[in-house]
Formats: sequence, structure tokens, C-alpha cells
Amino acid sequence: MSEKKTINDAVSKRYEHGFVSDVAADTFAPGLNEDVIRRLSAVKNEPEFMLNWRLKAYRKWCTMKMKTWASLNIEPIDYQAISYYSAPKTQDGPKSLDEVDPELLRTYDRLGIPLYEQKMLAGVAVDAVFDSVSIATTFKDKLKEAGVIFCSFSEALQEHPELVEKYMGTVIPVGDNFFACLNSAVFTDGSFVYVPRGVKCPMELSTYFRINAANTGQFERTLIIAEPGASVSYLEGCTAPMRDENQLHAAVVELVALPDSNIKYSTVQNWYPGDENGKGGIYNFVTKRAVAHERAKVSWTQIETGSAITWKYPSVTLRGDDSVGEFYSVALTSNCQQADTGTKMIHLGKRTKSTIISKGISAMKGQNNYRGRVKVGPMAEGARNYTQCDSLLLSDTCGAHTFPYVDVANATAKVEHEASTSKIADEQLFYLGQRGIREEEAVSLVVNGFCREVFDQLPMEFAVEAQKLLEISLEDSIG
Amino acid sequence: MLTIKNLHAEVEGKKILKGLNFSAKPGQVHAIMGPNGSGKSTFATVLAGKEDYEVTDGSVVYKDTNLLELSPHERAHLGLFLAFQYPVAIPGLSNINFLKTAVNTIRKHQGKDPVDAYDFLAQAKALAMRVGLGESFLSRGLNDEFSGGEKKRNEIMQMLMLNPSLCILDETDSGLDIDALKTVAAGVNAHRSPDHIIVVVTHYQRLLDYIVPDFVHVLIDGAIVKTGDAQLAKELEKKGYQWLMESAGGGA
Ligand SMILES: Nc1ncnc2c1ncn2[C@@H]1O[C@H](COP(=O)(O)OP(=O)(O)OP(=O)(O)O)[C@@H](O)[C@H]1O
Ligand SMILES: [Mg+2]
Repeated sequence: MSEKKTINDAVSKRYEHGFVSDVAADTFAPGLNEDVIRRLSAVKNEPEFMLNWRLKAYRKWCTMKMKTWASLNIEPIDYQAISYYSAPKTQDGPKSLDEVDPELLRTYDRLGIPLYEQKMLAGVAVDAVFDSVSIATTFKDKLKEAGVIFCSFSEALQEHPELVEKYMGTVIPVGDNFFACLNSAVFTDGSFVYVPRGVKCPMELSTYFRINAANTGQFERTLIIAEPGASVSYLEGCTAPMRDENQLHAAVVELVALPDSNIKYSTVQNWYPGDENGKGGIYNFVTKRAVAHERAKVSWTQIETGSAITWKYPSVTLRGDDSVGEFYSVALTSNCQQADTGTKMIHLGKRTKSTIISKGISAMKGQNNYRGRVKVGPMAEGARNYTQCDSLLLSDTCGAHTFPYVDVANATAKVEHEASTSKIADEQLFYLGQRGIREEEAVSLVVNGFCREVFDQLPMEFAVEAQKLLEISLEDSIG
Repeated sequence: MLTIKNLHAEVEGKKILKGLNFSAKPGQVHAIMGPNGSGKSTFATVLAGKEDYEVTDGSVVYKDTNLLELSPHERAHLGLFLAFQYPVAIPGLSNINFLKTAVNTIRKHQGKDPVDAYDFLAQAKALAMRVGLGESFLSRGLNDEFSGGEKKRNEIMQMLMLNPSLCILDETDSGLDIDALKTVAAGVNAHRSPDHIIVVVTHYQRLLDYIVPDFVHVLIDGAIVKTGDAQLAKELEKKGYQWLMESAGGGA
């Protein structure tokens, strides 16, 4: 029996990670042009192909417009007002933790990232991204032994440029969409994972992202490659300090699952969602996509509780025969948050299979949209998809909407869709209350129950964290 | 000691309890019988404190405390337990997780430490067996897709786990097969103690063959119109309620 830790006295916590740490940052003046991109690439001492790639992306981006079809209210973003590079002062990278700015370490402590003693996440390698430069990586040796490469994207560009060049952009082309294109031009750092043929990665890989310096857009780039027969589980967690202005976040994540490999990618997001009026939250536009080759399996699990605006559709292109794609999602919106999330499953290979489980929770004035596309190509004999979208409404002023798009070009394919919308019943709260459980905790229990299918997909320590985040995010959301 | 005087209550403007008087002492078992729609479940629900049930008159005092001022969870902390006629399902909330939360909440209120997870699991497994539910029920969603009888067994299991001092069992015997009935009755009898008040609402005298009550009350049209001993239940079985309705005629 998998017993997930219960949430205790929920709800009355303020956002705990809302603070700004005082690290002197080395920051570019705001603005974006080719020169900025050249400087960025030079500062990072990148190989030439990278600079050319960035410039190509930038030129393409200048011709693009932001799509408006996601049903979100978005204030126009001034891209010239953003600074595209900021690095903590310790430029050359610390050799040990003693060299790390103690202020940074305190920041991590408050975020609950245990750098000294990894008691909590024992067995988990943490590659912490602080603003734009990776400052600490642990468990490297153990991974090295297995032949696994897990490092910052910048480091990968120095140490393994041929791998980066070979795979970068193969899943998400430069001009795929407005934000991915911008990311391609100006990305600063992120994570790189390479698991060699037949290797099962010996530990869960984890990265914590954090936005810190004011007005610094974050443009992470993550690339994960699983060679044939390899398997890896990657955890991404995000928190951000409180801000007055909306901050832009436009990440790109590419997963390459070669034949018979297995990639599990889990995200728990805890960005400041903005105050009751929606002011001060994070704009989160993320492009995440995987390609699954023959018999490979890719699984996306995401818990979204933060951000003023989330726009995110982790997708799987099921290219190889018998490949499998999964998407498990919990999205909670409260205050004035808007979430437009979902997934795309593109079935190209024969007997490809996909499963989509989406749980949307809306509270206060939150708006939650599920947008899913299931596409079955003409060659995808016997492809199967199962989609389940459930919405839970916690107030009378919130909303949930589902937009399933199904596009089937092969008659042997089976596509199933189920959807439900519910409210927490007074009877449920009364039942729990009668058993001594106070109302706030009762709400948490019902909401957690609603999300259980998704939580069960998370690694244990993340599942506990996810429930805690949900609990914090439910604050003031009752009624 | 539970003392209820002249209780009047309404739901959505409809008057349902109309001057109900009732009292019980620790150690006693009371049975409440009465026709469909007479207000038995309403009575139980009002005692447990459901919000939309408005008490318009009267008093309810338990352990020298005015129950009517307390919210449902506070009443539970005071020892009140209601086995629901129709237990609600909470999908995805595992039975065991729910039970542990309930037990720990009550322990916290009593100033005790949370239960040891290992001991608790062992205890829960033993209790599940005792009420005839397999271990698999512990990890299933609370009452989620349980059969009618399984829900009732689960209510009894919770009662035994939480060890409340004032139990109201609302038709816990309805819809049970004969073995389940014996199991439930055995659970209730095991819970009988000089410290506990047990109130069983039932339509069937056969339950009272297994749980012999100290008192039997007849509730008609929102008030208790007759009180007797176990013999009264047998009489009702033969005669029905008509004769009492007539005497209660024009009541309240
Ligand atoms: N929420 C409600 N709104 C309106 N009327 C209600 C509500 N709840 C109960 N009633 C009415 O109150 C009366 C008493 O109902 P109650 O459920 O207490 O009866 P009961 O004695 O438990 O019946 P049974 O033996 O069938 O369980 C019924 O007429 C019922 O229709
Ligand atoms: Mg009833």
C-alpha cells in the first residue's frame, strides 16, 4: 500500500518563498538585439555553432508574433525591458560548498534544498540553477561511474558540444513557436542529461529553478537524451520570490527517447502566483516536448500551483512503433491565476499508446483550461489513446474549461475521452467534520483525493512535497 | 449524560423536529424507531451539527456542554460519533489515510502524540478483519464504490477505531445480510461500556435481538411519543405505528 503523507493543518500559510536574496549580480542592461546575443554567447564562451544557432533563432523570432489562441488575458510584454543575462558574483564556479556565497546557501535552506546533508532527498542529485548560472552540482561521481552525464547546459556546451549539436532542436525546432524561438535565441542555462545505451540511471535527477534578480527573464534550456534501452527519472521543482512586476519565464525542454528507453519527467511548480488581484506573479510560457522512438516510453507528470499565467503543453511525438506516451497533470488556479495547460500526443508509429489524466482545481477567481490534442497519423495502425479530464471547482467565481481536439487519420485507432466537473459536496465536508477533522483540512483531503491518480505517479519525496504545495496554495481559497 | 429538551429544528424552512425530548446516561443503549420520514435522521444530523439544519428552539447538553454552540468537529472531539445512514464517498482519499487523520486529530485535541504509523496499521488491519472487510479496503478510496453493506461495516470500523463516548447509529442495520447484521451487532456490543452512550436508529426488531436496548423510543412527526423497554419493539413489530400515530394526532 503506498501511503502518501497527509496534509496537516492546511491553508493558513502565506507564500513562504517570497523573499529576495541579496546577491550582487552581474547583469546585462535591459534590451535585446543581435549584439546582446553575441555578448551573451561570448560571456558564456560558447562554441561557434551555438552563436550561429542563437542568431538564426533571433532573426526568426523578429518575424514572429505571439499566438493569441490560448484563452488567457495577457498584458503585453516589453521584451526590451528585460535583462537577458545575470550571474552570481562567483564567476569561475565554486570548487566546493565553502566557496559558495553563504547568502545563496541560506536562500537554498529557506527553499528547503539540502545542499550540505541531503538527508531528505537522499539519493537525489541536485543541480541547482540560481538565476542563470549553475552554482552547485552534487553526486556527480556516482553518475560518472554509470556513464551518465548530468550537468548544466553551459557545461555540456563546453564538455560535450557534439552531443548538444547533434540533438538540440531535433525535438523542438528553432521556430516552433514564439516563446521557444525566443528561448533558442537567448537561453542562459539549464540542465543536460545523457544516459548511455542500456544504462538505468542510478538515482533520481533533480533540478531546482529559481528566479531571483529583478526583471531577469528566465530562459532555461533542458535537453535529456536516453540512448537505446536507457532509463531515467528527472524531477524539476520551481519556486520564486515575491515580485511587484510580472516576470517572464520561457523554458524549453526537449526529451529524446531512443528505442526501448524510458524517460520520466516530473515537475512540481511553486511560483509566486500573484496577489489577490493577480499582481506580481510569474508569466510561465513553457515548451516541453519529447520524441519517443520504437518501444520507448515517455511520461510527463506535472503539478502546477503557481504562476500568474501558465501556458504549457508537454507533448509526446510517438514516432516509433509501440511507443508509449503519458501525461499526468494537476493544475490549481486561485486568486486571479490563469492556467492553460494540456498536452499533445502525436501518434505516428503503429500500435502507439497514450494516456492523459488531467485534474484541474479552480478556486476563488482562478481560470483553468485544459487543452489537449490527440493526433493519429495515417500510418498509426492500432493506435490508442485514453483521455480523462476532471475539474473540481471550489468557488462560484472560478471556472474550468476543457478543449479536447481529436484528429484521427487512421480508422483502426481507438480514442476515448472522459470528462467530469464537480464541486466539493457539503456532505463530504460534514462527514469529515463529524470525524473530528476541521474544515480547512477536510478541503485539503478531498482535493488531495481528487488528485491521487496523478500524485501516485510522482516519486515519493515529490509526492509529499506536491501535497504540501497544494496545501499552501489552497490558502484563503475556501468559500 | 445527554439531555435534550424541547428540540425544534427545520431544514430549508421545513419544520421537522417539533419539541423532541430525550435523555441518556453513560452505560445505556437506546433504540429509536419510527416511520419513514418521521425525523430520525434529522435528529441524528442535528446532534452532529450539520450547518443547514437550523435549531429554532430547545437545548442539547452533553457532558455539561451546550452542543448547539459547537461546530461538527468540536462535537466529534467531545466524543460524538454518527454512523451515517448514507455514508458519502470521497474518491482518492484512502480509507487508512482518512482514519489516521481522524484519529490523530482527536488525539491532538486530547493532548496526545500522533499514533505510531506501524502500530496504527496493525490495529486498522485487525479491525478491518473484525468487521469483515479485507485489508484491501484500507487502501481504497473512502466509501468509494463500496457496496451498501460494506459502507455500514466501515462505519462500525470507524466507531471502534475512534472509540467515541456518544454513538448514534442511523440504520446501520438496514440493507445488511444476516451475517453482516451479526458482525455489526457484535461490533456495537463490544463498544458497550459503562462510559458509553449508544443510540441505535432502526426499523427492525431483529437487530434488537442482538443488541438488547435498555430503552426503546418511538419517534413520530418530529417528537418522541412513547418510550418503553425492549418489549416495546416487539409490540411495534406486531402492531405497526398506526395506533401511536392516532394518539399522537394533532401532536406538537
Ligand atoms: N434537506 C432537506 N430538505 C427538505 N426536506 C428534508 C430535508 N432533509 C429531510 N427532509 C424531510 O424531513 C423529513 C424527515 O426526514 P428524515 O430523513 O429525518 O426521516 P427518517 O425518520 O430518518 O426517515 P427514514 O426512516 O426513511 O430514514 C422527511 O419528510 C424529509 O423529506
Ligand atoms: Mg433516516
